[in-house]
Amino acid sequence: MITKEHPMTPLLRMDRIPHIWCPTCGIGTAVSCFAAALKQNEIPLEKVAIVSGIGCTGRVAGYMKVDSFHTTHGRAIPFATGLKLARPEMKIVVFSGDGDLFAIGGNHFIHAARRNMDLTVICVNNFIYGMTGGQLAPTTPLSAKSTTSPYGNYEHPFNLPHLAASCGATYVARWTALHIRRLTNSMSEALNKKGFSFIEVIAPCSTVYARRNRLGSGLDLMKFYHDNCEIKNGANPEEADIGFQSKIIVGKFVDKEKPSFIDNMHVGLKRALGDKYIPYGGDDGAK
Amino acid sequence: MKFWRTPLDADKIKVPHGETYVIKERCKGCGFCVEFCPKRALRLSDEFNIKGYHPPEMIGKDECVNCGLCEMICPEFAIYCLEEEEVQVEG
Amino acid sequence: MKADPKGVLTGEHYLDGDFACAEGALAAGCRFFAGYPITPSTEVAERFSERIPEVGGIFIQMEDEMASMNAILGASWGGVKTMTSTSGPGFSLMMENIGLGAMMEVPCVVVNVQRGGPSTGLPTMVGQADMMQARWGSHGDYEIIALSPNSPQECFYVAIEAFNLAEKYRVPVFIMMDECVGHMTEKVIIPPAEEIELYPRRLTNSPPAEYLPYMPEDDLVPSMIIAGQGYKIHTTGLTHDERGYPVMTAEAQEKLVHRLINKIRLNADHIIHIEEEDTEGAEVVVVSYGISSRVALAAIDEARAAGIRVGRLRLITVWPFPEKRIRELAPKVKAFVVPEINYGQMVLEVERCAAGQAKTILVSHGGGDVHNPQDILEAIKESIK
Repeated sequence: MITKEHPMTPLLRMDRIPHIWCPTCGIGTAVSCFAAALKQNEIPLEKVAIVSGIGCTGRVAGYMKVDSFHTTHGRAIPFATGLKLARPEMKIVVFSGDGDLFAIGGNHFIHAARRNMDLTVICVNNFIYGMTGGQLAPTTPLSAKSTTSPYGNYEHPFNLPHLAASCGATYVARWTALHIRRLTNSMSEALNKKGFSFIEVIAPCSTVYARRNRLGSGLDLMKFYHDNCEIKNGANPEEADIGFQSKIIVGKFVDKEKPSFIDNMHVGLKRALGDKYIPYGGDDGAK
Repeated sequence: MKFWRTPLDADKIKVPHGETYVIKERCKGCGFCVEFCPKRALRLSDEFNIKGYHPPEMIGKDECVNCGLCEMICPEFAIYCLEEEEVQVEG
Repeated sequence: MKADPKGVLTGEHYLDGDFACAEGALAAGCRFFAGYPITPSTEVAERFSERIPEVGGIFIQMEDEMASMNAILGASWGGVKTMTSTSGPGFSLMMENIGLGAMMEVPCVVVNVQRGGPSTGLPTMVGQADMMQARWGSHGDYEIIALSPNSPQECFYVAIEAFNLAEKYRVPVFIMMDECVGHMTEKVIIPPAEEIELYPRRLTNSPPAEYLPYMPEDDLVPSMIIAGQGYKIHTTGLTHDERGYPVMTAEAQEKLVHRLINKIRLNADHIIHIEEEDTEGAEVVVVSYGISSRVALAAIDEARAAGIRVGRLRLITVWPFPEKRIRELAPKVKAFVVPEINYGQMVLEVERCAAGQAKTILVSHGGGDVHNPQDILEAIKESIK
């Protein structure tokens, strides 16, 4: 029956498929949507780079057939910052998990958002540390169980869109792995956005999150998203908190214009130095 | 394709038709494609792949409208649709 | 390849070591600096932030040293020569990603202007106690290169050498300064650009379809690419094969890590740069580096005046350690005297290489100040008894 090629073949390292993600994990779906967004935009693949940190989602870099960098835990954003500044003509996408981006890498996230660094950050949020076997994450909802919160979580979790928006991100959206069309469209918009864009993708982790919390499989979580997500484009992200198995508000929350880090750098230095200012890589900003 | 009630402009609308391809050995049997296919055109087959999962199969050949949902939602890059020639709408 | 005149501030200057180091980096073609303020290295970052917009480069102050280190790794993959500078506490924070730099084989330069430690220690005062951290600070087995200048003029030249070595061996290179050298102001002569020889990035000649990112060349170093040129490489901090793909086996680990070690060890003779004076026929050789090498001069002069045949060996390359030379000298001398501003770090290497054939005497100092030359003189006198 395999007479033709999978349409994603040019975008993925098919020599590395099957990937390491468990059955009913949602990360593969997020990757699929991202690949579709790249296709939709007809972005030349040599001008895209993916930077990931550590964890299940950290492995995304290894499966996309673009320049891809699998860095250390939490450090994808500063690595991507350096890469973007050195190759301003490229689209640099950080693809990583909630623990990586918001626990160990939280400081880098808020500062990249503050600077309005020209990056797209995609966070697959599965509410848990998957790779290490299901420990408490900064996104684990109150009362959810993990191997390090065996009696139920009593820490307040992050509301990621609210965090991103309040730190200055110019584009903030949240979807689940079920919202494939909307997620793909959001990824397209984010790729074309100047400055810091952020997309949270809520995705099922069947092996350690669903199982420990007796929520069935990843498929059951997808059905839960189907029944319990409320699309509220333009909603105040402050109201998008996520409780344990509660309603999930999804949508595009922020889409605004603001000079990016690179814009501001050129303008500021040109103003101060005049003709003495030599922009990196020449006047076109590209090297 | 069969409608519950034939739309008034049925003669002007071309319903796309897709052919679904499954790369069986990649499938991990998550069931996303089966559960969320808007045409309910897929089911898990009885056959086993090398990993021991049941890859999906088409129920009715003509049901697929090439919406591409299965291709996008599949976390394993194991299923895809390609557009086939259009089918006649039955009254 | 010659230096780009844009970055070379040719002429006679009166600069401190930190500024001279920044000028050396600019002369070497460094066009990206990411850093975080920390005494006593802040002046390196300050000099860069002021100078780099006029030479076509980028400066960014990051949120911490982990970010700085990662930013220079990312930028280096973007095809630019990169550097960061820090001091003890920041050096500790960088360690994680210095390991990533070693594993991904990223050319970059890290300046550590050493101060007294441990912890916050003596922020404004001298120390030399990060020497072993430079060698072993990140987890796992790897080899790096570290250089130690002893004057602002040498800071300039060592910075150029550091970039050349980083590019040639695709490895993070450390400039292990100390507070005294960093803050000492002296005459620095910057030569014309055409007198500065640079080692360019080892870019591959292979087309994308044939290129393997971690296939080593004869000197065990693989050639590199620049992101965005269509090579679509994958690189990871995980143990990987020639394709850059993760491989979780003991065989892959042996193949990769052994090569990372050997590309430095087997090329050590090409890397090592030491300064020697009167070591042939010496009874005692003073082995030193950084500011301690200048303090030792007074003691050496006095000892010679007292009729002791004293040789002097100064480590400009600290890592890889000039093992071969110490082994050659060991049977010919009575003793090595090693003054350093710590309680015994490089002296351990000297002792290891002397292998019992010569005495090895440490002249320790806790930091915050330099040695009293008298202490070094006493040690020299003691060593020949």
